[in-house]
Amino acid sequence: MSTIGKNKPTRVYRNKKPREANILLTSTSAVINHSQRSSLMPLTFGLACCAIEMIATAGPRFDLSRFGWEAYRATPRQSDLMIVAGTITNKMGTVVKKLYDQMAEPKWVIAMGACATCGGIFQTYSVVPGAHHLIPVDVYIPGCPPRPEALIHGFMTLQMKIDQKRNFGVAPVDVEPGFRGPTRKEPF
Amino acid sequence: MTVNWNRQNFSGEDPEQHPAVVALRKNAGTPLVGVGIFRGEVTAVLSPEHSIEALTLLRDDPGLVFDMLADVTAVHWPQREGAEFDVIYHLYSLSNKMRFRVKVPLAEGQEIRSVVGVWTTAGWLEREVFDMFGIHFAGHPDQRRILNPEGFDGHPLRKEFPVQGRVRW
Repeated sequence: MSTIGKNKPTRVYRNKKPREANILLTSTSAVINHSQRSSLMPLTFGLACCAIEMIATAGPRFDLSRFGWEAYRATPRQSDLMIVAGTITNKMGTVVKKLYDQMAEPKWVIAMGACATCGGIFQTYSVVPGAHHLIPVDVYIPGCPPRPEALIHGFMTLQMKIDQKRNFGVAPVDVEPGFRGPTRKEPF
Repeated sequence: MTVNWNRQNFSGEDPEQHPAVVALRKNAGTPLVGVGIFRGEVTAVLSPEHSIEALTLLRDDPGLVFDMLADVTAVHWPQREGAEFDVIYHLYSLSNKMRFRVKVPLAEGQEIRSVVGVWTTAGWLEREVFDMFGIHFAGHPDQRRILNPEGFDGHPLRKEFPVQGRVRW
């Protein structure tokens, strides 16, 4: 017996091959967010010992390239993510601000480690107590220094934030609902 | 274990036996205020009027040849009336393998002559002392801050300076 007649395509696609019939419905906002969050280009910006963990994260053991963020750029003009990895001294603070201003929109900032979050153990005249005194910060990662897994988690948290970004004043539809809790309506 | 850096020329017992102290005592133009020893390291205390002459002598004496200025630093003694600062020179002789320390007490606001003409490396070292202590070096070619940013308020290594700074974030 033949089963061809039972699996007959619907009328619209009767004359097309099955591969051509595949259609994905989504919103423009979701596509933009998905593109932006899936190919973040971080700025190579190690300020202190956190940079060692950041380097380890990009290395083969923790393998940041699994997620598509491994293309570290050595210039702010080609990057859209600044990882403030380390202690920001007063003198370095002007450089942090200058580099952030040189990055093209859209751009995000991860404050990695205790120093970039609040100054850490350096509660002194020479250290800026947190990157948020200079530039807007999207994700804070605690730790001194944070392990590579923590940095990867920070990346994924940033991805969740980008996924909920409103484009053209429109919120994206439910993209990857597993990322968000069922009751959460507002972005982070 | 205490390393006797002066082992070739100095027994490590009596500071007056150190060849640098002997040479300074022999020269009438460089009167010593005091001499001390700690763990085999000899220190000579000089007045700011004679510091340049003494340091030039230590560099040029053929038996000493302190050709390397290892460090210039300072200490703040706010309770010491009339001599609130010590400017300290750490010298090293590459050929004789000797170390020697010279302290110059200064009053608050008193200038000291720069030793850039004796050792060129003093340029940055004296800028650091100026930055952290506010001690002015007369004759320095480029007297400005080196560690703290331009426009920084105060001199952090003075005892009255608050550790967390004066900027309220």
